[in-house]
Amino acid sequence: MIAAAFTDFMQQVVSGLASGGIYALLALALVIIHRSTGVINFAQGEMATLSAYIAWALIVHHSWSYWPAFAATLVISFFGGIGIHTAIIRPVESGSVLRIVIVTIGLLVAINGFVVWQWSGEPQQLQSPFGTEVYDVGGVVVAAHDIGTITVALGIVLLLGALFRFTKVGLALRAAAVNPEEARLVGVRVSWMLGLGWGLAALLGGVAGMLTAPTVGLDPNMMAAVLIYSFAAAVLGGIDSPIGAVVGGLLIGVLLNMLSFLSQYGMFDWFTEELRLPMALLIILAVLLIRPQGILGRPEVKRV
Amino acid sequence: MKTLLELDSVAARYGPVQALSDVSLVVREGEVVAVLGANGAGKTTTLRAISGTVSRSGAIELDGKPLKGGPETAAKSGIAHVPEGRGTFVDLTVTENLKLGAYTRRDRSVRADLTRIAEYFPWMTERGGQRAGTLSGGEQQMLALGRALMSRPRLLLLDEPSLGLAPMIVREFFRIVRQLNEDEGLTVLVVEQDARIALRASQRAYVLEVGRVALTGSSGELEGDESIRRSYLGY
Repeated sequence: MIAAAFTDFMQQVVSGLASGGIYALLALALVIIHRSTGVINFAQGEMATLSAYIAWALIVHHSWSYWPAFAATLVISFFGGIGIHTAIIRPVESGSVLRIVIVTIGLLVAINGFVVWQWSGEPQQLQSPFGTEVYDVGGVVVAAHDIGTITVALGIVLLLGALFRFTKVGLALRAAAVNPEEARLVGVRVSWMLGLGWGLAALLGGVAGMLTAPTVGLDPNMMAAVLIYSFAAAVLGGIDSPIGAVVGGLLIGVLLNMLSFLSQYGMFDWFTEELRLPMALLIILAVLLIRPQGILGRPEVKRV
Repeated sequence: MKTLLELDSVAARYGPVQALSDVSLVVREGEVVAVLGANGAGKTTTLRAISGTVSRSGAIELDGKPLKGGPETAAKSGIAHVPEGRGTFVDLTVTENLKLGAYTRRDRSVRADLTRIAEYFPWMTERGGQRAGTLSGGEQQMLALGRALMSRPRLLLLDEPSLGLAPMIVREFFRIVRQLNEDEGLTVLVVEQDARIALRASQRAYVLEVGRVALTGSSGELEGDESIRRSYLGY
């Protein structure tokens, strides 16, 4: 009994880490844009969906093999993100936060409409690059796709962390985000850095989209729920903390699976899969009320 | 001495507010020049006009070449502007702040310069990993100076470095500025409310009044003239 429970527990942890890795990627994208542009990018989920469709189109319509299509999609997403910033966000950037937020909501609707118009709303199948095998690790059934997802997510996060921490452009990105006026005085082209931030966010979203599609099916609204979980992850970790976004993402993934696990064993037996999304919203609400800066964020100090 | 910076009838405004109406001044290579005047006289705006952080008209030349564009261009041309109220990145570490100072440079001696800066401010090496926001006000002002030096500036612009600092720290700050000027020939244009200390640290000074140059002269002359001191400098 206990051994069986432990196996179930480990199984939930592994699959929680896999979905959590995806939330972490998208939450990181949200944090990067929030730090630089100061808004929540509501279009982040649809941008990821578009990336996944691009990968799918390259593979299915143009017979590319998976990894070249993956890489090409990342490049397209990166420059697409820069393009979105230059063409759509930059013109309203000097205005109020509300204006930018409304523009990102408009972008959400526009991208969603574009995807349906271009590829129809029919669900499609994007293959997993890791195959459909499952492994038995001491009784714990582990899907190759989950292991691959965790590996890719962590790899991308580490690469991005290294970019931010150890390179000159990473330093400039951080400087432009925390203090744009000062950054310009030392010669940093802040508007380029903001565009670069959008490019990186779009790239992260692209990875998240391509990893999500194989499990939930490729369809125009596939990232809607993932985006809510990622909001929860970003808020939980601290909306201005990149490390917080990663920690928050993994926590949300595992936490929601723990509820499923516990409900199987009689605790929280009211909890069903339908309650996952409301639970994420509850977490957002609770964090905002109890610890608005999140686990790893710094409390906002306003000068008066 | 060669003229490094020349402002000819420079005007600047913030929206409808005319902050500078007619400022002409010259800074020669190797000089420390002070800009003095009461609150609202246009001292800060003069510096902001030079670094391009305010829209301006009139001619500004560095090394005989017109300065155009925003602060990024000014930084690239060798102007290091230390703004009022400690220009540091509070979320970044001391070392990261210093490295950002060298952002416009493409040469490979940045590391060597970090060591050179440490000769003036030994604590910056020991506490390189500390967040700038956790430094004291005086330390942040020193860090802002250190960061400006990392760009190997042709011209250093200092805006009210004494603001909110203890007198002893202000004296130490200006001692270092003087030493840099004497040892390395650093050219400085410093805006100060505290006329006494600025006149002692500089060779020449301009006094601004409501957006114009009211008078100019050698710092010694201005300091020695009691009527000027009373009516313009307030001490």
